[in-house]
Amino acid sequence: MTSLALACVLMSVGLYGLLTRRDIIAVLASIEVMLGGAQLLLAAYSASVTLASAAQGVTLIVLATIAAEAAVGLALLVALVHRGRTRTDQIEEVRG
Amino acid sequence: MNVLREMAYLVVGVPLLIAVVLGLGVRVWGRAAAWIALLGPLLAVAVGASSLEGGASGSVRWLAAGDSVLTLGYHVDGLSAIMLLVVGVVAACVIVFSIGYMHGDRGYVRYFAILSLFTAAMSGLVIAGDLVGLFIGWELVGACSFLLIGFWYEKPAAAEAARKAFMVTRVGDAAMLVGLAVLWRATGTLELSAILGSVGSLAPAVVTTAAVCLLLGAVGKSAQFPLHIWLPDAMEGPTPVSALIHAATMVAAGVFLVARTWPLFEASPEARMVALVLGTITALGAATIALQQTDIKKVLAYSTISQLGFMFAALGVGAWPVAIFHLVTHAAFKALLFLTSGSVIHGSGTQDLREMGGLRSKMPLTAVAWIIGGLALAGIPPLAGFFSKDEVVGSVLAAAPWAGVALLAASLLTGAYVARATRLAFFGPVRGTGEAHESPWTMTVPMAVLAVAAIGLGFAGPSIAAVLGAESEPLSLGLAALAVGLAGAGALGGWLLAAGGGAYENGFPPALTRVWGAARDGYGFDALVNGAIVRPMAALARFTDSVVDRQGIDRVAEGFAGLARGVGEMFARTMTGDGQTYSALLAAGAIILLCITMWLVR
Repeated sequence: MTSLALACVLMSVGLYGLLTRRDIIAVLASIEVMLGGAQLLLAAYSASVTLASAAQGVTLIVLATIAAEAAVGLALLVALVHRGRTRTDQIEEVRG
Repeated sequence: MNVLREMAYLVVGVPLLIAVVLGLGVRVWGRAAAWIALLGPLLAVAVGASSLEGGASGSVRWLAAGDSVLTLGYHVDGLSAIMLLVVGVVAACVIVFSIGYMHGDRGYVRYFAILSLFTAAMSGLVIAGDLVGLFIGWELVGACSFLLIGFWYEKPAAAEAARKAFMVTRVGDAAMLVGLAVLWRATGTLELSAILGSVGSLAPAVVTTAAVCLLLGAVGKSAQFPLHIWLPDAMEGPTPVSALIHAATMVAAGVFLVARTWPLFEASPEARMVALVLGTITALGAATIALQQTDIKKVLAYSTISQLGFMFAALGVGAWPVAIFHLVTHAAFKALLFLTSGSVIHGSGTQDLREMGGLRSKMPLTAVAWIIGGLALAGIPPLAGFFSKDEVVGSVLAAAPWAGVALLAASLLTGAYVARATRLAFFGPVRGTGEAHESPWTMTVPMAVLAVAAIGLGFAGPSIAAVLGAESEPLSLGLAALAVGLAGAGALGGWLLAAGGGAYENGFPPALTRVWGAARDGYGFDALVNGAIVRPMAALARFTDSVVDRQGIDRVAEGFAGLARGVGEMFARTMTGDGQTYSALLAAGAIILLCITMWLVR
C-alpha cells in the first residue's frame, strides 16, 4: 500500500513538473520521474499478487528501455540546445 | 469431305487466327496480308461445299451457373452450307478486289485483318448451333461493320456513320437479347435444336414475344424500316466492304436468323405479319428513295434495303426457302454491282453520278459487269434476279395480294433506278473532269466471277430449295411476263429520267423533284429520328450532365470533401506547435482516461 501511494506521488510530482517547468532539462527529468512512478507501481503489483513474478522481469526490461529513451531524449535535447532552444515554449515547429 | 464438315468450327478458328496474326503485325505483312486473309473464305467455301449433302454438329459445355448450363456448339446443315458458300465466295472476291482497290492505303494490313475477323464472325454466325454462338457472331459482325465503316476514321463523316450504324443496329440487338432471355426463361436452354423442337409446348404468347424480338434484331441488322437509316450512311466505308458486309452477307444475316429460327415464326402468325408489313414498306419505300440518289453507292444502298425488304416479305408469307434463294442471288448480283461501283470510283475518282457519264468506252469491262448486275437486279431473264424475285413476288402475291402488288410496284421502280444509274454513269457525254481508266486484273477478275454467278445462279433455284428441304415453286409464266414487263417499263422510265444527266442540280427533273422531292432525303426520316430521338436524348444527356451530375452528385461529393477538410482545419488549429500545450493536453487526456477507467471498474 505504501509503494502504491509512493507511485502516485511520483507520478503526480512528475506531471506537475512537466506542466509547470519551462526549462527543457527539468521537463525531461519530470518525465523520468513519472516513468519511475510507473515502474514502481508495476514492481509493487508483482510483489502483492501471486503468480505475477513475470512483471518483475518486465520491470527490468523497461528499465533498460528507459535508459535507451533517456539517451534518445538527451540527444534530441542536445540538438535543440544547438539551435538555441533551452525552453519548451521556444519549440514551435511541431504544428499542423 | 466428311472430315471437313466435322471440323466446321475451323471456318471460325482459322480466319480468327489470321486476324490476330495480321492485327499484331500491321507493320510486317505488307502486301502479303491480302493473300493470307484469303485462306479463311476459301476454307469456308470448302466446308460449305462439303456440307451441302449432309450436316454435322457438336458442342462443348461453355459455362455453368448452378443448374443452368450454356453450351457453345456448331451445327452445319443445308442452310449453313449455303450461307457459308455465299460468305466464302463473296468474301474471297472482295478480298482479291481489295488488293487493287486498297492499294497504297495506309491501313492496308489493318483492313485485311478486320476483313478476316469479319469472315470468322460471319462464319460463326451461320454455323452456330445455339443462340449464344449466333449472338456472339451477330455482335462481332456488327463490330467489324463499325470498324470498317469508320475505316477512314480521320474523315468525320466516316466516324459519324460508324457510330450511327453501331447505335441503330444496337436497338435491334437489344430486342434480340430480350428474345434470347425470353427463350431461355421458357425452355431453359439456348440450343437451337432444343428450342425449335419444343416450340409446340410453349405458350403462344411466349413464342410470339420471342419471335417478334428476334425479328426486331433482324430488322436492325438487315436495315429494314424503321431501323434502315444506318445503311445509306454506312457507304462511307471502303466500297468492297459495302459489297461484302453491307450488301451480301451481314445485312442478310437478319433473313438468315429468321430462316434459322423458322419454327418460332411458323407458330406465330403475328410475327410473320410484322415481317410482311415491314418488308413490304421497306421494299417499296427504299426503291422510291433509290430513284433519286445522286451518289452511286447510295443508289445501291437503298436498292439493298429494298431487296432485303423483298426477302422479309417472303419470310412474312412463310416462304423462307424463297427468301434464302433471293438472298443468294442478291448476294451475287449486289456484290457485283458494289464491286463495279468500286471500280468506277477507283477509275473515275468520283462517286457522284452527275460527274460520271460516258464511262462505257473508258471502262468497258466494268460497264459490262455493271450491266449484268443491273439486269439481274431488275429481274430480266435469264439472269439470277429474275428467278428469285419472281418466286418472291409469286409467293407473296398468293398469300397477301396487297403486299404482292406493292412488291410489283417496287420491281417497276427497281428497273427504273437501275436504268437511271446505268445511263448516268456509263452512257451519254463524258462529264467527269478526271481521266477515267480501266481497273487492274485483281479488280476485274472478282467482278467476272460474280458476274458468272449473277448470270447462272437463277438456275440453281431448285437445287437450293432441295438443299433446304423445300419444294421449288414452278414459274408462273403469266406472272413472269408481268414482272418482266413492269421491270422493262420501269427501266424505260428510268432511262428517260436520266436524259437530263448532270444538268439538273440533283440529277432529277425539277418538275418531278417538286412532286416527289421528299424521297431524295429518305422522306426526312433521318430528320425525324434526329428530332424525335437523338435530340431529346442529347438534351437529356446534357441535363444529366449539368444538373444531375454537376449540380447534384458533384455537389454532394464536394460537400463531404469540404466537411472533412473543415473538420481537419478545425483540429489543425489545436496544433499550435507549443510543446507545453501538447503536454498539458496529453496530461488532461490521461486524466480523463483514468477517470473513465475508474468509473468503469467501480
